[in-house]
Amino acid sequence: MSDALPPFQRFLDEHRDPVWRFLVSTVGPAEAEDCFQETFIAALRAYPRLRADARRHNLRAWVLTIAHRKSLDEHRARARRAAPVEDVAAVGAPGGRRRRAETTDAGRDADAGAWRDDALWSAVERLPDRQRSAVVLRYVADLPHREIAAAIGCSEQAARRSLHEGLSKLRKVVSV
Amino acid sequence: MSAQSERELEQALRRNANEDSERSAAAAARRLSARIAAEGLADVSYAPVDSPFGTLLAATTKRGVVRVAFPEEDPDAVLERLASRLSPRVIEAPAPLEPVRRELDEYFAGRRHAFELPLDWTLIGPFAQRVLHATAAIPYGSVLTYGEVAAEAGSPRGSRAAGNALGSNPIPIVIPCHRVLRTGGALGGYGGGLQRKRYLLELEGALPAGLPAT
Repeated sequence: MSDALPPFQRFLDEHRDPVWRFLVSTVGPAEAEDCFQETFIAALRAYPRLRADARRHNLRAWVLTIAHRKSLDEHRARARRAAPVEDVAAVGAPGGRRRRAETTDAGRDADAGAWRDDALWSAVERLPDRQRSAVVLRYVADLPHREIAAAIGCSEQAARRSLHEGLSKLRKVVSV
Repeated sequence: MSAQSERELEQALRRNANEDSERSAAAAARRLSARIAAEGLADVSYAPVDSPFGTLLAATTKRGVVRVAFPEEDPDAVLERLASRLSPRVIEAPAPLEPVRRELDEYFAGRRHAFELPLDWTLIGPFAQRVLHATAAIPYGSVLTYGEVAAEAGSPRGSRAAGNALGSNPIPIVIPCHRVLRTGGALGGYGGGLQRKRYLLELEGALPAGLPAT
């Protein structure tokens, strides 16, 4: 069955976790559901036309490319919705962030830890597009550099650079 | 930036991948499958269906029921075959299979004597279609022989070929290939196993219960 596409349900089951984590981390929990649905519906429409070479190794990078684009769409829409004077609060604090803090409070994390994470994830959302996707694909979706490059459509070297730059910015946040 | 704070940063980033997120992803995927089915974006929908034989796997297209698989058939293999023969847009969603579930329930409870489900014949070759159309016309509780079905299908000498077509029936129970017996009343064969053929014939009153048919 080398070249045959798996049934879409299996494709969804295999890749839903990294796509979900990627979206929760890039657009926040409140918007992740819509982006998740849009990502996989776009994938479903294109699915039967996927070329055999794309099929063989890289269904995961392919669907994360779509998720990456959806997250960019979401960030652009957010920028349009935001007030002309765009401040940190407008970009970094959609209702979803508070929800995340509440769920972590209820769960395993100590309050201080939850607060720190919240600041971290707001900072991730504020990163420039490519850096944000690179950081999240590397550490949340656990992709190797080659697949990060494929997903965001750049060279492997450029992906490493974006990842490095993104991490440098985040360090400033967590070291506060 | 110390190596330690670098590790802390990476750990904090990785913390987003946890069991909560797996549960949320699974729930989001279920809502997605339901939406795909509701909006008609899937080419094939499937769902497990309970039966006295165990859990059947039933699949439908927009045309109608295309496959009913017995519990011992490997679901992955069944779905892969549907993906390659029909379309890879194969989604698990119970709603489109609801009529199949209902009619099978009624049938197994003895309350339904004829299926009204539309069928998709795409998986069935031309000769097998003639054989299975003739089979679908056998009334509840009646039986024909392989030779009679072959004759109905236009091949009076094709009882062996008819047997093969019946053996590869992709929609058993609904297309009642269990109603075709050997001349003389022996059960012949059945893709789902002879015990099930006997069970269905007894359910329909076509076979006296406990008859040691071979």
